[in-house]
Amino acid sequence: MQSKPVALKILDIISILVLGIAAYLALVIAPTELVMGDVQRVFYFHVGTAWTALLGFIFSAVLSVIYLVTKDLKWDRIQVAAIEVSLVFFLITIVLGSIWARPAWNTWWTWDPRLTTAAITELIYVAYFMLRQGIDDPDRRARFGAVYALLGGISAPITFFAIRLFRTIHPVVIGGSNMEAEGSFSMTPDMLSVFFFALFAFTIIFIDLFWNRIRLGNLQEQVEQLKLKVVG
Amino acid sequence: MFFQEPTPDTSGYMIAGYVVAFVVMAVYVASLYLRNRNLNRDLAMLEEMDKSVIKVEPEQLKKKPVKSVTKPRRKNSLNGK
Repeated sequence: MQSKPVALKILDIISILVLGIAAYLALVIAPTELVMGDVQRVFYFHVGTAWTALLGFIFSAVLSVIYLVTKDLKWDRIQVAAIEVSLVFFLITIVLGSIWARPAWNTWWTWDPRLTTAAITELIYVAYFMLRQGIDDPDRRARFGAVYALLGGISAPITFFAIRLFRTIHPVVIGGSNMEAEGSFSMTPDMLSVFFFALFAFTIIFIDLFWNRIRLGNLQEQVEQLKLKVVG
Repeated sequence: MFFQEPTPDTSGYMIAGYVVAFVVMAVYVASLYLRNRNLNRDLAMLEEMDKSVIKVEPEQLKKKPVKSVTKPRRKNSLNGK
């Protein structure tokens, strides 16, 4: 049994702490938004998870290029880890957005450009794992996965820029405003502090889960190799 | 100021949102833990099997020579001798 590196154990503890602090700041310290009320507080986790997930998807596209150049399966394992953690984070983003939309837009879901591109992105990466499940040969699986993740990576910037490129009711929080947006708000300095701490917290949590997932992939590879040795 | 609408009570949605976020994260962490535990069990079992194969094989080869499947030929009586 492999023991966890001390640095990872420390990172695990830091992740739990920053998650707790981020929740405390969002629920207690951040002021209540006057128009939307308390539901606006989900915004801190919504943007925090979205930020890390979209970066994770773009990072996985970069890893695809590295794998296709080097043909080293190590990069494939790292890519799988990045996509898996991003997928979980993006699921949280979508669900939180839907919960926020109910009181803000009076609907759980609408086929707005941002929501549609986000749903497509999530489904693209669900299909990524389905594709991998269907291929037995590790090299072939890694090659197909890399090409797919490279093409899928395009969906992440499209999702991010959807609210800037198309007419949408989704508010633009960073870098600009949207005239058609419903449920937009201007952040007070307290809100901004909590918002940036949430971004920092989810970046740390992402790195921690990503590292843990890479170790799991390595362990899986070790088991597969030993299985072949024993059976062969 | 007099016409300002009161802030709506949307705390239920907020609680639902945070519960969902924490539950999804907890389920994912639990899945990582369980997969890790199962793989470690598999690894330990395979290592044990690998060791036993290495230990037993040379001894068994000395003790049990491979038996010939074909029967030894009898001398043909028609040819005499």
